[in-house]
Amino acid sequence: MIPHNESMILHTPFHSRCEAACEVNLWEDWKGYTTPQVFTEIDMEYFAVRNSTGVFDLSPMTKYRISGSDSGAFINKLITRDIRKLAVGRVSYVLWCDGEGKVMDDGTIFRLSENDYRLCCYTRALDWLMWTAEGFDVTICEETAEVAALAVQGPTSCAVLKAMGFSGIELLKPFGMAYFNFSGSQLMVSRTGFTGDLGYEVWMEPNLGEIFWDALFDAGKLYGIRAIGSSALDMLRIEAGFLQAGVDFVPADEAIRSGRSRSPFELGLGWLVSFDKPVFNGRKALLKERAQGSRYAFVYLDVEGNKPAEHAFVYHADIEVGTITSAAWCPTAKTNIAFAQVDARYGSKGQSLIAEIYYERELKWTRVMASCKVIDGPVFAPARRRQTPAPNF
Amino acid sequence: MAEKYDAIVVGAGHNGLTNAAYLAKAGLKVVVLERNGYIGGAAVSRELYPNWKYTNCSYVCSLLRPEIIRDLRLPSQGLQVVPYGGGVTFMQNGDYFGNHTDHERHHRELARHSKRDADAYSRYEADVMKQTRIIRPFLMRTPPDPTSLKPRDIRELIGMAKAFGGMGEVGLADTMRFWTMSIGDFLEEYFESDVVKAHLAGSGIIGTALGVYSPGTAYVLLHHYMGDVDGSIGSWGLARGGMGAVSNALAGAFKSFGGTVQCDSEVAQIIVKNGKTVGVALTNGDEIHGRIVVSNLDPKRTFLKIMQETDLPKDLVSKAKNFKIRGSSGKLNIALDGLPTFNGLPKESPLCLGEKHFIDSLPRMERAYDDWKSGTWSKDPYVDMLIPTQVDPTMAPPGKHMMSVFVQYAPPKIDGRDWTSEDRDAFGKTVIDQISSYSPNFKDLILHCEVRSPQDIENEVGLTEGNIFMGELTFDQLLFNRPFPGYAQYRVPAVKGMYMCGSGTHPGGGVMAAPGANAAREILMDLNRASLVPRGYDDD
Amino acid sequence: MTDLKSAYDVVVIGGGHNGLACAASLAKAGKKVIVLEALHSPGGACATTEFFEQFSVSSCAQWLYQLDESVISQMSLKQNGFELSARNIPTTILSETGNHLTIFGDRLAGAGISEKDKMAFKSFNKQMMKFCDVLSKAFKRRPPSLIERSFGDVLALLGLGMKIKMLGKSDMRDLMRLGLINIYDVMEENFDNDLLKAAISVDSVLGSHMGPRSPNTVFGYLYRHMGDIFGYGRPGVSLVRGGMGQLGQSMAKAVKALGVDIELNAVVDRISIDVDKVTGVILRDGRELKAGIVVSSSDPKTTFEKFVGPVNLETDTVRRVKNVRMKGDAAKLHIALDGLPKFRGLAESRTGDRLLIAPNMEYIERAFNPSKYGQFSKSPIMDISIPSIHDSGLAPDGKHVLSAIVQYAPYDLEGGWEAGKQPFQDLLIDCLSQYYPDIKQQTLSVELLTPLDIEQRHLMHGGHWHHGEISLDQVLMMRPFPGVSQYRTPIDGLYLSGAGTHPGGGVMGLAGLNTAKEILSQKKKLKRPNFYDST
Repeated sequence: MIPHNESMILHTPFHSRCEAACEVNLWEDWKGYTTPQVFTEIDMEYFAVRNSTGVFDLSPMTKYRISGSDSGAFINKLITRDIRKLAVGRVSYVLWCDGEGKVMDDGTIFRLSENDYRLCCYTRALDWLMWTAEGFDVTICEETAEVAALAVQGPTSCAVLKAMGFSGIELLKPFGMAYFNFSGSQLMVSRTGFTGDLGYEVWMEPNLGEIFWDALFDAGKLYGIRAIGSSALDMLRIEAGFLQAGVDFVPADEAIRSGRSRSPFELGLGWLVSFDKPVFNGRKALLKERAQGSRYAFVYLDVEGNKPAEHAFVYHADIEVGTITSAAWCPTAKTNIAFAQVDARYGSKGQSLIAEIYYERELKWTRVMASCKVIDGPVFAPARRRQTPAPNF
Repeated sequence: MAEKYDAIVVGAGHNGLTNAAYLAKAGLKVVVLERNGYIGGAAVSRELYPNWKYTNCSYVCSLLRPEIIRDLRLPSQGLQVVPYGGGVTFMQNGDYFGNHTDHERHHRELARHSKRDADAYSRYEADVMKQTRIIRPFLMRTPPDPTSLKPRDIRELIGMAKAFGGMGEVGLADTMRFWTMSIGDFLEEYFESDVVKAHLAGSGIIGTALGVYSPGTAYVLLHHYMGDVDGSIGSWGLARGGMGAVSNALAGAFKSFGGTVQCDSEVAQIIVKNGKTVGVALTNGDEIHGRIVVSNLDPKRTFLKIMQETDLPKDLVSKAKNFKIRGSSGKLNIALDGLPTFNGLPKESPLCLGEKHFIDSLPRMERAYDDWKSGTWSKDPYVDMLIPTQVDPTMAPPGKHMMSVFVQYAPPKIDGRDWTSEDRDAFGKTVIDQISSYSPNFKDLILHCEVRSPQDIENEVGLTEGNIFMGELTFDQLLFNRPFPGYAQYRVPAVKGMYMCGSGTHPGGGVMAAPGANAAREILMDLNRASLVPRGYDDD
Repeated sequence: MTDLKSAYDVVVIGGGHNGLACAASLAKAGKKVIVLEALHSPGGACATTEFFEQFSVSSCAQWLYQLDESVISQMSLKQNGFELSARNIPTTILSETGNHLTIFGDRLAGAGISEKDKMAFKSFNKQMMKFCDVLSKAFKRRPPSLIERSFGDVLALLGLGMKIKMLGKSDMRDLMRLGLINIYDVMEENFDNDLLKAAISVDSVLGSHMGPRSPNTVFGYLYRHMGDIFGYGRPGVSLVRGGMGQLGQSMAKAVKALGVDIELNAVVDRISIDVDKVTGVILRDGRELKAGIVVSSSDPKTTFEKFVGPVNLETDTVRRVKNVRMKGDAAKLHIALDGLPKFRGLAESRTGDRLLIAPNMEYIERAFNPSKYGQFSKSPIMDISIPSIHDSGLAPDGKHVLSAIVQYAPYDLEGGWEAGKQPFQDLLIDCLSQYYPDIKQQTLSVELLTPLDIEQRHLMHGGHWHHGEISLDQVLMMRPFPGVSQYRTPIDGLYLSGAGTHPGGGVMGLAGLNTAKEILSQKKKLKRPNFYDST
């Protein structure tokens, strides 16, 4: 069929429910799907995740199914981490590089069975995956539209899912996954997320979307459940210290200007690189960088004052040494946090820097030169995030 | 009666007018001489039928430098460039490939033909953009002479070397590859779907007497990607009122600086005395005097037709003779009683606003070129068709439409002989038949139709062989090789006062106006006057 | 089975002329080298085969015209049985009317050639030779890095720059233009005679997937005529006594004398690799030869896709290897003849010339057209040699061998070569019979090698004798592909040395010599492992 009258923008399997809940009618285009930016009010949505349960529709995330006898070997060539260490039923945060050792994307890999994986990521990578698959016995299928997903995040999220009848879910360890029967079908729950809190992601067939949403919100009524949009999620991920592709780094194959892409070391993700495994993309370049040192450093900055330092220039003395890629005032941690790309010489912990922040109040723009300090890591990391069994609140 | 001017510009095409406008703006007394009774050259819109405007040569506007539009205040002279978006390649199996303006919708359309191609497209876009970014800064500059040791040339060459140096070893090699490979081979490195490749390959051959498998055509693609409409690089727009609006606005600007345009004045001869230009002789016997003569004609016409061989250095004459300026395209301009429908697409589809093509594979495109090589027009031609009246309400009566059909390939001569009117009819029929096999009601809507062979274009516009770019855009005729090695800086060193400003000079054709502006900069430099010609905008 | 007790510094895969030239250079520098040749005799594309009882022919390359002189002297080939049976062989381009044109160096005769064309040809030749001279500078060393330059690269670039500068402004400008242009236009600019234009065009497109109107074909001409600058026996083409196989044999003898081991029938299964370092070579029979350096003179696709395997390469490299264009478009025709062939209008004394069939440029272009769509030429072009005239050992007394390169015969023939081979062979004989009417009566046996046969017999991917198209986007630092152009590969210790590398194909030997230079310039001391696995 020739879809000439297909709509410009697609709907996720949860669209009818999102539409009903999206009181402020604020939407955005996420990879061709219309998804809510805000449902009711950003702060309320943010605090739902930090205080009770927030639900985020992540169906538009790009998903690939990777299977075949060489699937493990293939993934090991693709990514920088050693996939051999990932057990069946476990999830891993990974990234992959081009031949110059620059990060193309990050994502999560689910090991569904011995030779069956799901890769969930930001960019669309089929071309790269297929090129990388040359010589491997592996099948790669894009399944973005075939798998619907909701993130259920927050201190009461475990309790909500238990109330839905997913018994034993409290025993699921971080980065673990489990299957549950629901409405005559099976769905998969992983203890993963993008909020830095206790939380789960639920993966299901698209036709389960609406009934699952309804059941979830029924079960969550007593636990303060609330749908959240992308604006709240952005605050949450910054507070938790998570990088976002396309915001905190340019996917390497989309970079046009030379010197704009970054290596894992330059993104503070060197811990995801394992040289103790067979050849993988970027290996040569990364070995060289490790030996010669990196040009840039990714840092978390604790910025003085309460003005978010979005897009600010970063100085050391009078020299411009970098820019800020993400910034937010963190309501829970009560910190003004920023992620910055700086010259590697100014990237060590404790380094004092200055952020040039512009902000507007009643049409008046003010510039502040805010001092900031390179800090060790994210400012929010509650114990409940890692506790197993998971707490009820 | 000889009138005296500071500068005489031969040809009122867009480059001649641009050049003249800058010279006049600098205070020179300038006349532009035009052979035809109307101005515009190949950027022209004429009312051939009452209330129907025929933009019968160039038909879209993207490369026209925004620096010049702004600097000469062309909008205040009535120029308005409107983007149109869309575009579609119809397939033999009844399907089509559409060029959606929305990024995500475009991805989905690509994925409909190949999921892998859809994802490869971002790599393709990034790689082409890398090449585009290298070339764009040179558009508004005079190419350096690599054989020269003048400080200016060396400075420019070092600048160029720096731009290339920034790419790194592999990047540089990739660029050299890109410039020397064929568009077909280049696209094969990204895509698997025939129709996707065919859709994209068109830009590699338009106006070029080469096939999609001819080395060097990847660069031609770039030539179509480096324009912009309001900063959106690679997108194309329509000049409201037809391409004649570009020429009219330029002429308006020129006149506002005190310049004179003289139509029906065909130059027979550029008069050279003691190695200096002193003026021109018209075919009607008039002489017009001026110490600077700027030719907006193509290099062959300039040096072989309106100049004396004895006034020119020998090498220049032989280079002009060997200049590659092959006619490869024809044009149909069709007045329609209504909007035609196309198989598989509703009339209202935004895809229909853009260019329509009817060739869905590279081999079909290459075979179209094989016909040209053997001295005839393509029997299954590559057509770049546009209905500007869908966007521009000024060109036809309400409810009626004007269709512009660019046809590739059509040779300047049929089997070595001139085109006959039977040839022209048969050529027109070939094109109309091809379109109607994708559009059932198309034939019935035709009110009147103008068929233009390369020979017609030559006769009317004066482009040798009807080559729309005033010379092939292959690398042996680009940058410091355009039009010829050693003559790329707009002046004719052996003849004082003689300059070139047409599309045959750097950076080439496509209604850019950059050659005219760059030539004006050189002329003003030779006169020790301050340059008024803008530099290109930074591209970062 | 040969007993190979010692261990080696270097294993060279492929006993073709490049592999052997490389091995010789390395051995001279004191390296312990073994050459592994998959076939039963050394030489690679320099091969002689008996295709019919007592009839032998150079079964791949047939002319010698580009072999670098230094290969002959460094390897003392003359002392090892190498000899020419004829040199400076003129080229005669056959006319359908029998009024043929003969080219002796820069002199022309026959075909009613005009004085104007004769003069023009002289000056054309002179200019081409100047350009060849400039390019030869770049051929004799690795392609320079333009950005991450070493001192050597800077010197080389300066040298090249000087050479170009010495051409003078006018020639320098011509070079910039001509290097990119097609031969068709240049011919039209310079000459009137159709046969002359066609003869030069043949040299510009032979062995490539291009027609005279394809841009960059002037480069093809320059490339072929590089031999007139440094080729042994220059100018023009020569024949090797005993066929090209004799060159292979003499090179093999020479390297043996230098202490190199050659193992024949040694089929490489894969190159063994420890993550990103080469550790040796595994043969099909299971034996493993350990070495810190492996030189593959096989083509880039066979080397990377087969011997290394895409799984051991980063994706960028996999993609680049895949994108190397190397699909052969030339076939080889061998005919055993009952007597001396008689070409219509051709003096008997000219029968031993290099004979071309390509009456005009349009004919060549039309021959090329179908190959773009996977079909063979309906009227093919031929480059014919009758070596038995100069070398009686190739055929019984009074009998002769005709050998011809024929174009265009696309590797990916529509419908496959199994079905297409016989029709193509018949078409070729018909084509020949227009010039040589008695051919059918005189034919004793015919052998046609399609690109597919050449691939199988000479183990060249795609049956492409240059191991990759020689076109501007695949030369110098783009050969075989950007990033692997200086003979080193992403696998440490693995070097690529065949015709697929700079300066490319043709029996030149320079790729082999340049590779050896590159290996020897690597400062790191070679480790010689003292074990040999037999598993």
